[in-house]
Amino acid sequence: MPALYATAREDGVITVVDLSGRIALGEGSALLRTTIRDLLDRGRNKIILNLGDVTYIDSSGIGELVSGFTAVRNRQGELKLLHLTKKVHDLLQITKLFTVFDVYSDEGTAVRSFL
Amino acid sequence: MAPETKHLEVTLETHVESVNLAEEMCLRVAEAAGFSEEECYRIGMSVREGVINAFHYGNQEKPDKKIHLGIDLTTDKMVIHVMDEGKGFLLADVPDPLAEENLLSTSGRGIFLMRTFMDEFKVVPGRTGGAEIIMSKKLPLPGEPPNNRNDGASKSGAPHQEV
Repeated sequence: MPALYATAREDGVITVVDLSGRIALGEGSALLRTTIRDLLDRGRNKIILNLGDVTYIDSSGIGELVSGFTAVRNRQGELKLLHLTKKVHDLLQITKLFTVFDVYSDEGTAVRSFL
Repeated sequence: MAPETKHLEVTLETHVESVNLAEEMCLRVAEAAGFSEEECYRIGMSVREGVINAFHYGNQEKPDKKIHLGIDLTTDKMVIHVMDEGKGFLLADVPDPLAEENLLSTSGRGIFLMRTFMDEFKVVPGRTGGAEIIMSKKLPLPGEPPNNRNDGASKSGAPHQEV
């Protein structure tokens, strides 16, 4: 089963993190945690997670998304989600987290939402 | 056990890798049993969550404890047993992850996902003293289109059935 890959791009004060693979118990969840923590340590607190190539999320991955959301908010920032696949969309919907996260299907709109 | 029932049982180490192993094993059985891709995803996710529960909450990640996985394939359903060597738990004591005050909790969604994705779900005291999760999924009917039963995601909040 493929691991998770994360690549960060900067657009002014906004950071877009392109994620691909599985956010699941083990390395996937750990990589997401360290990626967000490293960004926050560098003062980057306006973050968009691009989940377009994330093929799978389990309850550990969901917990890590929530943990990241709270950590960013505690640093007076915002964490938003972009390009949810159907499976991720359905998971966030049944866990009621769709109402918690700001979710976008277009990167330009997601970036402008911070301004 | 009925003579038509096929049974598979494995003992897994209390290790993160056991989660992937259990998921892959059950996926192989589910695919061979004729479940659709969507149903396989739900079965795989449920097994994964059951083993995560045994690994983390039941066995408390202690390497000297084991996780016992059983799969029964009967004439009409696939039944999965996940047993840990912990102290057991009551479903009534598990917080509702959909409650407003728990929405930002970083854990506690595994049981909910198993209940949502499987047809039947229950937790009983296991023979090893810990908890035994028993969950099942009805086999697809012969000739049934592969994606004819993709109703799991809309089952949120629906009362679960006992096995």
